[in-house]
Amino acid sequence: MNSHTCHYEYLDGNAAAGELSNIFTMDVTAAKGQCAHCGATKRFAEAHVYMQAPGIVARCAVCEHVILRFVTTRQRVFLDLRGMTCLILDTSQLIDSGQ
Amino acid sequence: MGIISRGFSGRRSAADAKLPPGQYLTTDFPVLSAGPTPHIPLDQWEFVIDDGTDILRRWNWKSFRDLPTETFTVDVHCVTRWSKLGTFWEGVSLDTILADVKTDASYAMARSYGDYTTNLPLKDLMNNQAWIAFRFDNKDLAPEHGGPARLLVPHLYLWKSAKWVRGVTLMHKDKPGFWESLGYHIYGDPWREQRYSGDE
Ligand SMILES: [Zn+2]
Repeated sequence: MNSHTCHYEYLDGNAAAGELSNIFTMDVTAAKGQCAHCGATKRFAEAHVYMQAPGIVARCAVCEHVILRFVTTRQRVFLDLRGMTCLILDTSQLIDSGQ
Repeated sequence: MGIISRGFSGRRSAADAKLPPGQYLTTDFPVLSAGPTPHIPLDQWEFVIDDGTDILRRWNWKSFRDLPTETFTVDVHCVTRWSKLGTFWEGVSLDTILADVKTDASYAMARSYGDYTTNLPLKDLMNNQAWIAFRFDNKDLAPEHGGPARLLVPHLYLWKSAKWVRGVTLMHKDKPGFWESLGYHIYGDPWREQRYSGDE
Protein backbone atom coordinates (compact mmCIF):
# COMPACT_ATOMS: atom_id res chain seq x y z
CA MET A 1 0.00 0.00 0.00
CA ASN A 2 1.41 3.34 -0.99
CA SER A 3 0.57 5.87 1.67
CA HIS A 4 0.72 8.77 -0.77
CA THR A 5 -1.63 7.51 -3.44
CA CYS A 6 -4.22 5.06 -2.24
CA HIS A 7 -5.43 4.12 1.18
CA TYR A 8 -8.97 3.06 1.81
CA GLU A 9 -10.57 4.35 4.95
CA TYR A 10 -13.39 1.94 5.65
CA LEU A 11 -15.17 -1.19 4.49
CA ASP A 12 -18.86 -1.98 4.83
CA GLY A 13 -20.34 -3.97 7.70
CA ASN A 14 -19.96 -7.27 5.87
CA ALA A 15 -16.21 -7.02 6.43
CA ALA A 16 -16.80 -7.70 10.13
CA ALA A 17 -19.10 -10.69 9.47
CA GLY A 18 -16.43 -13.33 9.98
CA GLU A 19 -15.20 -12.00 13.33
CA LEU A 20 -18.73 -11.39 14.62
CA SER A 21 -19.88 -14.87 13.59
CA ASN A 22 -17.44 -16.20 16.21
CA ILE A 23 -19.59 -14.73 18.97
CA PHE A 24 -23.11 -14.35 17.52
CA THR A 25 -25.07 -17.37 16.35
CA MET A 26 -27.17 -15.11 14.10
CA ASP A 27 -25.95 -13.01 11.19
CA VAL A 28 -25.40 -9.58 12.69
CA THR A 29 -24.75 -7.94 9.34
CA ALA A 30 -28.41 -8.56 8.41
CA ALA A 31 -29.56 -7.03 11.71
CA LYS A 32 -30.61 -3.42 12.11
CA GLY A 33 -28.92 -1.22 14.66
CA GLN A 34 -29.96 2.12 16.06
CA CYS A 35 -27.16 4.65 16.54
CA ALA A 36 -27.06 5.94 20.12
CA HIS A 37 -25.76 9.29 18.90
CA CYS A 38 -28.01 10.34 16.00
CA GLY A 39 -30.82 7.79 16.26
CA ALA A 40 -30.49 6.52 12.69
CA THR A 41 -31.58 2.89 12.26
CA LYS A 42 -29.60 1.11 9.56
CA ARG A 43 -28.67 -2.40 8.60
CA PHE A 44 -25.31 -3.27 10.18
CA ALA A 45 -24.06 -4.14 6.70
CA GLU A 46 -24.22 -0.42 5.90
CA ALA A 47 -21.95 0.56 8.80
CA HIS A 48 -18.48 1.94 8.09
CA VAL A 49 -16.01 -0.62 9.39
CA TYR A 50 -12.36 0.16 10.18
CA MET A 51 -10.27 -3.01 10.28
CA GLN A 52 -6.72 -1.58 10.01
CA ALA A 53 -6.54 -0.92 13.72
CA PRO A 54 -5.80 -2.74 16.99
CA GLY A 55 -9.44 -3.88 16.87
CA ILE A 56 -12.54 -3.61 14.69
CA VAL A 57 -14.43 -0.34 14.86
CA ALA A 58 -17.85 0.06 13.23
CA ARG A 59 -19.25 3.54 12.80
CA CYS A 60 -22.72 4.86 11.97
CA ALA A 61 -23.01 5.49 8.24
CA VAL A 62 -24.88 8.73 8.97
CA CYS A 63 -22.94 10.45 11.78
CA GLU A 64 -19.67 8.41 11.97
CA HIS A 65 -19.96 7.85 15.73
CA VAL A 66 -18.76 4.48 16.99
CA ILE A 67 -21.57 1.90 17.17
CA LEU A 68 -19.50 -1.23 17.82
CA ARG A 69 -15.96 -2.06 18.89
CA PHE A 70 -14.47 -5.52 18.94
CA VAL A 71 -11.07 -6.64 20.22
CA THR A 72 -9.67 -10.16 20.30
CA THR A 73 -6.89 -10.65 22.86
CA ARG A 74 -5.03 -13.86 23.65
CA GLN A 75 -7.90 -15.64 25.42
CA ARG A 76 -10.74 -13.13 25.48
CA VAL A 77 -13.00 -11.14 23.22
CA PHE A 78 -14.06 -7.61 24.17
CA LEU A 79 -17.26 -6.25 22.64
CA ASP A 80 -18.51 -2.70 23.13
CA LEU A 81 -22.06 -2.02 21.91
CA ARG A 82 -22.80 1.14 23.88
CA GLY A 83 -22.97 3.13 20.65
CA MET A 84 -26.13 1.25 19.69
CA THR A 85 -29.34 1.79 21.62
CA CYS A 86 -30.90 -1.25 20.00
CA LEU A 87 -29.87 -4.15 17.80
CA ILE A 88 -32.79 -5.78 15.98
CA LEU A 89 -32.25 -9.33 14.73
CA ASP A 90 -34.64 -10.98 12.29
CA THR A 91 -35.62 -14.44 13.56
CA SER A 92 -38.16 -15.25 10.83
CA GLN A 93 -35.67 -17.44 9.00
CA LEU A 94 -34.89 -19.39 12.18
CA ILE A 95 -38.59 -20.05 12.83
CA ASP A 96 -39.22 -21.07 9.22
CA SER A 97 -36.35 -23.53 9.20
CA GLY A 98 -37.48 -24.98 12.50
CA GLN A 99 -40.88 -25.99 11.16
CA MET B 1 42.13 -11.00 5.68
CA GLY B 2 40.29 -8.80 8.07
CA ILE B 3 37.57 -9.65 10.41
CA ILE B 4 35.00 -6.89 10.42
CA SER B 5 33.22 -6.32 13.63
CA ARG B 6 29.58 -5.47 13.15
CA GLY B 7 29.81 -3.35 16.26
CA PHE B 8 31.81 -0.74 14.37
CA SER B 9 29.44 -0.33 11.46
CA GLY B 10 27.37 2.27 13.29
CA ARG B 11 24.29 1.29 11.29
CA ARG B 12 21.71 -1.26 12.12
CA SER B 13 20.61 -3.74 9.52
CA ALA B 14 17.50 -5.86 9.82
CA ALA B 15 19.65 -8.74 10.97
CA ASP B 16 21.16 -6.89 13.93
CA ALA B 17 18.05 -5.04 14.89
CA LYS B 18 16.92 -5.73 18.38
CA LEU B 19 13.16 -5.77 18.43
CA PRO B 20 10.75 -6.02 21.35
CA PRO B 21 9.32 -9.52 21.84
CA GLY B 22 6.73 -10.62 19.28
CA GLN B 23 7.50 -7.79 16.84
CA TYR B 24 8.63 -7.99 13.21
CA LEU B 25 10.51 -5.38 11.22
CA THR B 26 8.81 -3.35 8.51
CA THR B 27 10.30 -0.71 6.24
CA ASP B 28 7.05 0.89 5.08
CA PHE B 29 4.78 2.82 7.42
CA PRO B 30 1.41 1.07 7.76
CA VAL B 31 -1.58 3.36 8.27
CA LEU B 32 -3.79 2.27 11.15
CA SER B 33 -7.03 4.05 11.76
CA ALA B 34 -10.13 3.57 13.88
CA GLY B 35 -12.11 6.25 12.10
CA PRO B 36 -12.23 8.77 9.28
CA THR B 37 -9.07 10.84 8.84
CA PRO B 38 -9.75 14.35 10.12
CA HIS B 39 -8.52 17.19 7.95
CA ILE B 40 -7.88 20.14 10.23
CA PRO B 41 -7.13 23.52 8.63
CA LEU B 42 -4.15 25.09 10.38
CA ASP B 43 -6.10 28.28 11.11
CA GLN B 44 -8.59 26.17 13.11
CA TRP B 45 -6.07 23.90 14.83
CA GLU B 46 -5.46 24.30 18.53
CA PHE B 47 -3.73 22.43 21.30
CA VAL B 48 -5.03 22.70 24.85
CA ILE B 49 -3.73 21.55 28.23
CA ASP B 50 -6.54 21.30 30.77
CA ASP B 51 -7.15 19.72 34.15
CA GLY B 52 -10.64 18.41 33.35
CA THR B 53 -12.23 21.65 34.52
CA ASP B 54 -10.08 24.59 33.52
CA ILE B 55 -7.90 25.31 30.52
CA LEU B 56 -4.32 25.70 31.73
CA ARG B 57 -2.58 26.51 28.44
CA ARG B 58 -3.73 26.95 24.87
CA TRP B 59 -1.82 27.30 21.59
CA ASN B 60 -2.97 28.01 18.08
CA TRP B 61 -0.85 26.79 15.18
CA LYS B 62 1.18 29.99 15.05
CA SER B 63 1.99 30.15 18.76
CA PHE B 64 2.67 26.41 18.77
CA ARG B 65 5.11 26.78 15.88
CA ASP B 66 6.84 29.62 17.71
CA LEU B 67 7.90 27.12 20.38
CA PRO B 68 11.44 25.70 20.13
CA THR B 69 11.50 22.45 18.14
CA GLU B 70 13.72 19.37 18.14
CA THR B 71 14.53 16.74 15.56
CA PHE B 72 14.77 13.17 16.79
CA THR B 73 15.24 9.66 15.46
CA VAL B 74 13.28 6.91 17.21
CA ASP B 75 12.07 3.35 16.77
CA VAL B 76 8.30 2.85 16.82
CA HIS B 77 6.46 -0.34 17.79
CA CYS B 78 2.82 -1.01 16.89
CA VAL B 79 0.77 -3.45 18.96
CA THR B 80 -0.32 -5.09 15.68
CA ARG B 81 3.27 -6.43 15.73
CA TRP B 82 5.18 -4.29 13.25
CA SER B 83 8.16 -2.18 14.28
CA LYS B 84 9.83 0.53 12.24
CA LEU B 85 13.35 1.59 13.15
CA GLY B 86 15.11 4.91 12.84
CA THR B 87 12.11 7.11 12.05
CA PHE B 88 13.04 10.79 11.75
CA TRP B 89 10.73 13.48 13.14
CA GLU B 90 10.54 17.12 14.08
CA GLY B 91 8.37 18.29 16.94
CA VAL B 92 8.00 20.18 20.17
CA SER B 93 9.03 18.35 23.33
CA LEU B 94 6.29 17.85 25.92
CA ASP B 95 8.85 19.20 28.39
CA THR B 96 8.52 22.53 26.56
CA ILE B 97 4.72 22.26 26.41
CA LEU B 98 4.44 21.47 30.13
CA ALA B 99 7.21 23.78 31.34
CA ASP B 100 4.91 26.47 32.76
CA VAL B 101 2.09 24.15 33.81
CA LYS B 102 1.76 23.83 37.56
CA THR B 103 0.07 20.54 38.44
CA ASP B 104 0.07 17.78 41.00
CA ALA B 105 -1.65 15.39 38.56
CA SER B 106 -0.03 11.99 37.95
CA TYR B 107 -1.82 10.93 34.75
CA ALA B 108 -2.68 12.36 31.38
CA MET B 109 -5.32 11.69 28.75
CA ALA B 110 -4.29 12.63 25.22
CA ARG B 111 -7.28 13.79 23.16
CA SER B 112 -7.53 13.89 19.40
CA TYR B 113 -9.60 15.40 16.64
CA GLY B 114 -11.97 12.55 15.78
CA ASP B 115 -12.50 11.83 19.50
CA TYR B 116 -9.72 9.29 20.00
CA THR B 117 -8.24 9.18 23.50
CA THR B 118 -5.30 7.40 25.13
CA ASN B 119 -4.07 7.56 28.72
CA LEU B 120 -0.57 7.51 30.13
CA PRO B 121 1.30 8.47 33.29
CA LEU B 122 2.29 12.13 33.18
CA LYS B 123 5.93 11.24 33.86
CA ASP B 124 5.98 9.31 30.56
CA LEU B 125 5.30 12.59 28.78
CA MET B 126 8.27 14.22 30.50
CA ASN B 127 12.06 13.92 30.53
CA ASN B 128 12.65 14.01 26.79
CA GLN B 129 10.44 10.99 26.06
CA ALA B 130 7.48 12.57 24.23
CA TRP B 131 6.84 15.14 21.52
CA ILE B 132 4.10 16.82 19.54
CA ALA B 133 5.46 15.93 16.11
CA PHE B 134 4.54 17.86 12.97
CA ARG B 135 7.18 16.72 10.47
CA PHE B 136 8.18 13.21 9.43
CA ASP B 137 11.05 12.41 7.08
CA ASN B 138 11.58 16.14 6.39
CA LYS B 139 8.01 16.61 5.19
CA ASP B 140 4.93 18.05 6.87
CA LEU B 141 3.17 15.21 8.65
CA ALA B 142 0.53 13.75 6.31
CA PRO B 143 -3.06 13.52 7.60
CA GLU B 144 -3.04 9.70 7.42
CA HIS B 145 -0.05 9.67 9.78
CA GLY B 146 -1.68 12.11 12.19
CA GLY B 147 -0.97 15.54 10.69
CA PRO B 148 -1.01 18.43 11.26
CA ALA B 149 0.44 17.15 14.54
CA ARG B 150 0.50 13.95 16.54
CA LEU B 151 1.73 12.86 19.91
CA LEU B 152 4.83 10.68 19.75
CA VAL B 153 5.76 8.57 22.80
CA PRO B 154 8.05 5.99 21.20
CA HIS B 155 8.87 4.02 24.36
CA LEU B 156 5.24 2.83 24.49
CA TYR B 157 3.20 0.96 21.85
CA LEU B 158 2.22 3.31 19.05
CA TRP B 159 -1.49 3.43 19.96
CA LYS B 160 -0.33 5.76 22.79
CA SER B 161 1.07 8.19 20.19
CA ALA B 162 -2.29 9.78 19.42
CA LYS B 163 -2.66 11.01 15.85
CA TRP B 164 -4.38 14.39 15.26
CA VAL B 165 -3.72 15.32 18.86
CA ARG B 166 -5.65 18.37 20.09
CA GLY B 167 -4.82 18.38 23.75
CA VAL B 168 -3.92 16.70 27.00
CA THR B 169 -6.13 16.48 30.07
CA LEU B 170 -4.22 16.15 33.34
CA MET B 171 -5.79 13.69 35.80
CA HIS B 172 -5.22 12.67 39.41
CA LYS B 173 -6.57 9.17 38.77
CA ASP B 174 -5.71 7.00 35.78
CA LYS B 175 -8.59 6.37 33.38
CA PRO B 176 -8.56 4.10 30.30
CA GLY B 177 -8.67 5.64 26.83
CA PHE B 178 -10.20 4.32 23.59
CA TRP B 179 -8.26 1.03 23.32
CA GLU B 180 -7.34 0.71 26.99
CA SER B 181 -11.06 0.40 27.82
CA LEU B 182 -11.45 -2.52 25.40
CA GLY B 183 -8.83 -5.07 26.32
CA TYR B 184 -5.58 -3.25 25.66
CA HIS B 185 -2.98 -2.71 28.36
CA ILE B 186 -3.29 0.35 30.58
CA TYR B 187 0.45 1.18 30.13
CA GLY B 188 1.68 -0.62 26.99
CA ASP B 189 5.45 -1.15 27.28
CA PRO B 190 6.55 -3.05 24.13
CA TRP B 191 9.72 -4.38 25.83
CA ARG B 192 7.58 -6.09 28.47
CA GLU B 193 5.04 -7.06 25.79
CA GLN B 194 2.19 -5.35 27.61
CA ARG B 195 -0.32 -5.73 24.78
CA TYR B 196 -3.51 -6.68 26.56
CA SER B 197 -5.07 -5.95 29.92
CA GLY B 198 -3.89 -8.65 32.29
CA ASP B 199 -0.40 -8.86 30.76
CA GLU B 200 2.20 -8.43 33.51
ZN1 LIG C 1 -25.37 8.03 13.98
